[in-house]
This record gives sequence, structure tokens and C-alpha cells, in this order.
Amino acid sequence: MTAWPWYVAGPLIGLFVPALLVVGNRMFGISSNLRHVCAAVLPTRAEYFRYDWRRTGGWNLAFAFGILLGGAIVGLTAAPDGTMQLASEAHVSMTALGVTDFRGLVPRELFSWTALTTLPGVVMLSGGGLLIGFGTAYAGGCTSGHAIAGLADLQTPSLVATLGFFAGGLLGTWVVLPMLLRH
Amino acid sequence: MTITLTVPTSVPSSATDSTAISRRVAGLLVYATLGTLFGIVLTRAQVVSWFRIQEMFRFQSFHMFGVLGTAVLTAALSLHLIRRFGVRSVDGTPISVPAKAMGTGTRYWLGGSLFGLGWALVGACPGPLLAVLGSGVTVFLVPILSALTGTWLYGLLRPRLPH
Repeated sequence: MTAWPWYVAGPLIGLFVPALLVVGNRMFGISSNLRHVCAAVLPTRAEYFRYDWRRTGGWNLAFAFGILLGGAIVGLTAAPDGTMQLASEAHVSMTALGVTDFRGLVPRELFSWTALTTLPGVVMLSGGGLLIGFGTAYAGGCTSGHAIAGLADLQTPSLVATLGFFAGGLLGTWVVLPMLLRH
Repeated sequence: MTITLTVPTSVPSSATDSTAISRRVAGLLVYATLGTLFGIVLTRAQVVSWFRIQEMFRFQSFHMFGVLGTAVLTAALSLHLIRRFGVRSVDGTPISVPAKAMGTGTRYWLGGSLFGLGWALVGACPGPLLAVLGSGVTVFLVPILSALTGTWLYGLLRPRLPH
């Protein structure tokens, strides 16, 4: 599957910010859904989860469900399991991490149910997921809310958060992953 | 939980309820449709791919930077035009973008870094987690459930964390 070029995908993604504002005065952001789901399904006395999640988050949960559906539509129609066309340097770096199969959106050697029985698999899938949930809640947003909508609105907190995203990402890519996957 | 319903006395309550419900369902369908389009763009642009995230954090490809950069520029230009022309949302209310409180800033750099680390490990942020699962990689249920656990932990620890 050939990737849509950045100059097509980027502007399309950016347009979701005004679209959501015009449709219902909603600010673009995805990670709040993690909070809404916790508020909906987990009985807890924590004040953070005591609010009317249907009123505040109903729209966003519907949007998130749509993302799942969008992924499914591409999965069924666009054969996303073809070989990824990556930069040649990236190919070399990832081969050094032990990746040999470059078919599909994610390397199946690292992201499969059997990989969950290995230490790198558990750290990447469970540990990584835990950090995503904790970090986005703490920072009050993720790539969509801070790095796209917040930066576009010239909000300083979002700039700080985005710099944090990259600091953490560089640490994960250059230090943690090579340590985990060294053969 | 108590639910309070206020119904105008002049209108039969069943009619009001069904109108309100159908309006709410229609609203949710609009957001679900927008989400579907968003999911298609994310997946077709491969920004949901662990491979592309690795390329980005290794500065080996311009693709992700191009996507994020033009997304921010497009959103910024849109917000500028919305303000310039006083655009209202379809229900007639003025469009307002809430400002985020800086506080000490700890939550932004620390929470942001923790999320960034997770982003590099899984190769997906919250939206893409759902898109990858939808595309058929069922093991992504694990990072999604873990992310819910992470948010739940934050909710419990929140009173003790510096913000």
C-alpha cells in the first residue's frame, strides 16, 4: 500500500480542527476518550472520573469509534499488508533492531500475540500503552490536542507538551528500543 | 446517579423525548462519520505505522514532519479565518477555543515526555491505536487496554502529582 503523500494527508488532518468547531464547537482531541471510557465503566471515587461523560464525551466517543471503522475500511479495501516503502536508512536501522518483515503497518515480529510472551513484547505493548494512557492524561492531550490543535492555536502549554512528546520519543527510539531489542 | 429531565409543560413529553433522542443520534452519526474519514486518512497516510514513527524519531524521512507541519499550518490558518470572520458553529453559537492553563508547566513536559516514550514504543498515539486495531492487528487491544489502565492510574494519583 503506497502512503498518501504528506502534502495531501497533512492539510486533510488539519481540516478536522475547523470541521469539529463548526459542527459543534468541539475542540479536536482524541486522548480524552480514555478518560471518558474510564468514567463510563470503572466505578471509582476519584474526582477525575466524576463528571457527565455522556454530555462531555459522547461526541468524542462517536468520533473514536469512527477512527476504528476508518481503519477497518482501509484494512478491507486497501491491502495494508503490502511491503512498506521506507527510507533506506530506516530500513537499515530497523534491521539492526531485528526486524526482518517489512510487510504491514506494524512489524509482525514485534506486534503479535506470540510476541506478548517475550519481554520486549510486553514492554512495548503493555508498558508503551500504559505510558500513553498515563502521559496523555497527565499532559492533558496527545498529538491531536496538543501537537496539532494546541500548536495551531499558538498555546504555550501545547508547545511545552509537544517538546516533551519528542524528548520522550527520542529517548524511546535511541535508548530504550535498542536496549530492549539488542540481539 | 440522578437524572433530571426538564420538559416544557406545553409539549407532550413523549414527542419532546423522541425529538431530542433522534437529534442526539443524528449528532453522534455526524461525529462518527468525521471520525471514519479521519481514520481513513490516518491509515492511508501510514502515520499509524510503527515504521513511520521510527523514521520520524530517527529523522530519516520527511513524511511525518510534513504531515504534522501542514496539519498545524492548515489548522492555524482555519482558526485565523474563523476569528477574522466571526464564524459561528452550525447551532449558531460563537466558536470559542479554550486556553490551556500553564500552571507550573510540570504536567506538560513530564506528562508529555512519558507519553512520547510510549508513542515510540508502540508506534502509535491514541487515534492511531484504534485505526491499527481496526485495520486488523488484533494484538493492539493490549496497548489500548493498557492505555485505559494508565489513564485510570493517573486519575487515582492526580491529587498527589505536581501540575
